Amino acid sequence: MKQLTALQQQGRRSNSFRSNSSPLDATVDGAIKSPATIFWLFLHGLCCLISLVLGFRFSRLVFFLLFSASPSPSTTTIYSALRTTLPTVSSPPERNVSVDSGGSRVVVGRHGILIRPWPHPDPAEVMKAHRIIERVQAEQRSQYGVKNPRTVIAITPTYVRTFQTLHLTGVMHSLMNVRYDLVWIVVEAGGTTNETASLIAKSGLKTIHIGVDAKIPLLWEDRHKVESRMRLHALRIVREKKLDGIVMFADDSNMHSLELFDEIQNVKWIGAVSVGILAHSGGSEEGDLLMQESDADEKDEKKSKLPVQGPACNASGNLAGWHTFDTQPFVERSAIYIGDRAVVLPRKLEWAGFVLNSRLVWEDVEGKPVWVKDLVEIGKDGEDIESPLSLLKDTSVVEPLGSCGRKILLWWLRVEARADSKFPASWIIDPPLDITIPAKRTPWPDTPPELPAYVEEVTTIPENTEKRPTKSGSKRKRSSRSKRKHNAKVLDIRASTKHAGDN
Amino acid sequence: MWGFLLLALFTASVTVEGIDRRGARTERISGSAGDVLDDNPVGKLKVYVYELPSKYNKKILQKDPRCLTHMFAAEIFMHQFLLTSAVRTLNPNEADWFYTPVYSTCDLAPNGLPLPFKSPRMMRSAIQLISARWPYWNRTEGTDHFFLVPHDFGACFHYQEEKAIKRGILPLLQRSTLVQTFGQQNHVCLNDGSITIPPYAPPEKIMSHLIPPDTPRSIFVYFRGLFYDVNNDPEGGYYARGARASMWENFKNNPLFDISTDHPTTYYEDMQRAVFCLCPLGWAPWSPRLVEAVIFGCIPVIIADDIVLPFADAIPWEEIGVFVAEKDVPYLDTILTSIPADVVLRKQRLLANPSMKQAMLFPQPAQSGDAFHQILNGLARKLPHDKRIYLKPGEKVLNWTAGPVGDRKPW
Repeated sequence: MKQLTALQQQGRRSNSFRSNSSPLDATVDGAIKSPATIFWLFLHGLCCLISLVLGFRFSRLVFFLLFSASPSPSTTTIYSALRTTLPTVSSPPERNVSVDSGGSRVVVGRHGILIRPWPHPDPAEVMKAHRIIERVQAEQRSQYGVKNPRTVIAITPTYVRTFQTLHLTGVMHSLMNVRYDLVWIVVEAGGTTNETASLIAKSGLKTIHIGVDAKIPLLWEDRHKVESRMRLHALRIVREKKLDGIVMFADDSNMHSLELFDEIQNVKWIGAVSVGILAHSGGSEEGDLLMQESDADEKDEKKSKLPVQGPACNASGNLAGWHTFDTQPFVERSAIYIGDRAVVLPRKLEWAGFVLNSRLVWEDVEGKPVWVKDLVEIGKDGEDIESPLSLLKDTSVVEPLGSCGRKILLWWLRVEARADSKFPASWIIDPPLDITIPAKRTPWPDTPPELPAYVEEVTTIPENTEKRPTKSGSKRKRSSRSKRKHNAKVLDIRASTKHAGDN
Repeated sequence: MWGFLLLALFTASVTVEGIDRRGARTERISGSAGDVLDDNPVGKLKVYVYELPSKYNKKILQKDPRCLTHMFAAEIFMHQFLLTSAVRTLNPNEADWFYTPVYSTCDLAPNGLPLPFKSPRMMRSAIQLISARWPYWNRTEGTDHFFLVPHDFGACFHYQEEKAIKRGILPLLQRSTLVQTFGQQNHVCLNDGSITIPPYAPPEKIMSHLIPPDTPRSIFVYFRGLFYDVNNDPEGGYYARGARASMWENFKNNPLFDISTDHPTTYYEDMQRAVFCLCPLGWAPWSPRLVEAVIFGCIPVIIADDIVLPFADAIPWEEIGVFVAEKDVPYLDTILTSIPADVVLRKQRLLANPSMKQAMLFPQPAQSGDAFHQILNGLARKLPHDKRIYLKPGEKVLNWTAGPVGDRKPW
């Protein structure tokens, strides 16, 4: 009886109405007229009970063994295939011979789940797949991306210092991933050095390494000025060599996104992008980063906490003004000298936020717009060129890029160690250290231990320097906590307390 | 017979490169019937639409408006299209084809799946009506009539394959042209001369999820859906003939395969970021995934033995998709990675062809080159009718008493 009602319910709507458990044609009416039907139902019920006990579909097996006239080779071959392929399905596959007309290779019924012996990715195939993906993406780029990509000319002023390797490697890797032709002009203060040269040689890019005879001053103000001069020097190189392309300023401590390089391809003469300013204090207190606007056009940006420098657009998408960094909140706490613990502030408009068509700085070139001053006239009196806007007679021609300045494509952050911080030349410790000094007490005591003469370079950085007590003598300055070099393995070596700054 | 020309798929198709409006490089698509995707059926055929009482169509739709959005909605939209189409004629004597608007797939369970139990009776009742009221059915016993049967196994009217095979195509429909989504070679539920169509996918929904074409395709293989149907196939091995389960067991650890049973809201966007989209069989060999893959430019990987794909004579599916036998599923990664990159790019170019995408959709209102027009083109290609279909008066070929007893109950 239970089976009967179950059958009837099966015919009606239920969640499991697709169940295959009935070998009979269960009609909706459930009309049981003949004894044959009753007999089949009874048999079916019996088989169901046995299946419950055994755990697999007994009824099918019975019918298969009793009534099937089909040759067994098909079954056995599949079964053996399953055997060798270690199936997860333990019961043998039962093939219901389909009522189909002949000629169909596809059999209805239960099939085995084929699993190969080692269902894991093969590295060679993974590489092939990646190559296919690269090809597809290259095709996409050529179809939908920039049509005639121009060479990118990146200008980076740098100088040898503790964090130079860190910053320059970051910029280098960004530039190495740029998909367009690139020329990298590295301007070094204090003349070209082998250290910088060996670093940039690792990039494999086309580089122009020039030196400027000027030492980087200690004060931030002056440093900005010298950097501007270095950039102008680089622009003069562009002019001399008649480099063709798009000039962008990749300061070595900035972070660039790759979309920036795609976006600047759209510039016609001079463009501006939005720069996110990550000004923060080097001290343990977090600075209050309030967003202030000098341009009231886009009021909704007041909600964002990240200060942004860049073009501001009005409703029709034209340049209406500039967002600059408001130094008001920081006037008490701004850093004065390099390595200072206070907040390092950007200038009103950073060079990094501008891109130029290199033809703007060339000598007489037709099609050069009238609103640009000639390069030779700028900076020759040694005046401070704050931003490339000084190159223009009329600043309204600047094209806002990155969906009118709404997309931030690069971030500005000035993090430096103290000017007198020591670091191993080229960050290579040669000869390797092999002296261990037993600790007086762990982790690191206050009083400095005796050190052999040549091991004066700093090797380790403790992970949480905040907990260290301030030394009585030298004022320990910490630059960014976030910039950590890896802990060297020589942890027994007493970290030097003349450890000015972290490295 | 031409509707069944799978072997003809292997014939080479002429392709000419071109640039479409958006700058994408495309190739012209022409299948074994020639370059017919852009054909205009107006003027090539005339269709007469029978006016059936609304209990066969409108009333059913009113009872459950979900019928307009599920994947079987093509039958409803075809009716609406034909009512206002230029191929419609009000004079049945000059009609080449006769259409009977019966919404046989609109009896929905609470969970939305259509129940086919009453469909044979409904069909039978409709045919009895038209054969009594108009002389055109008896003239040919339905050979110049066409019906839309988009259900799982077409006119076999059952969702379980074994039962569907046992029933076979409704005897009264044996001579008519069936426009259905189900297509499998040498299967009882596919007649020669049937037209296979894609399942309905809502065009506005698809179009609203388009992303910029320069978004790089970074997913290698993508699939979202069931691998085991625990409700209806608790043992495993029945659902999808074990192919989906095999897919999961072999490739769940493979980082190239982004497959899972999730229902992400970004499903359409993800498909546009994938190179290959798997379209395995489920309980029936067809699925809306094929339509979605074509629209989103993702190369469909069709895992369904002997399947007949939509508009098989107009679209050279061999050139556009990748066909993998069910027994080869464990080696899917080897198969897909060994496809040369040029072939992949060519398939993408073919997929980018707007007429290809248009042919898979049922837009409201109808646009040229869409699936409605492809159906009409298919019907037009079957003209002119063979003279032998016209029966002498009194001659009967169809057996009106064939089929299960329950079918003969009036609806």
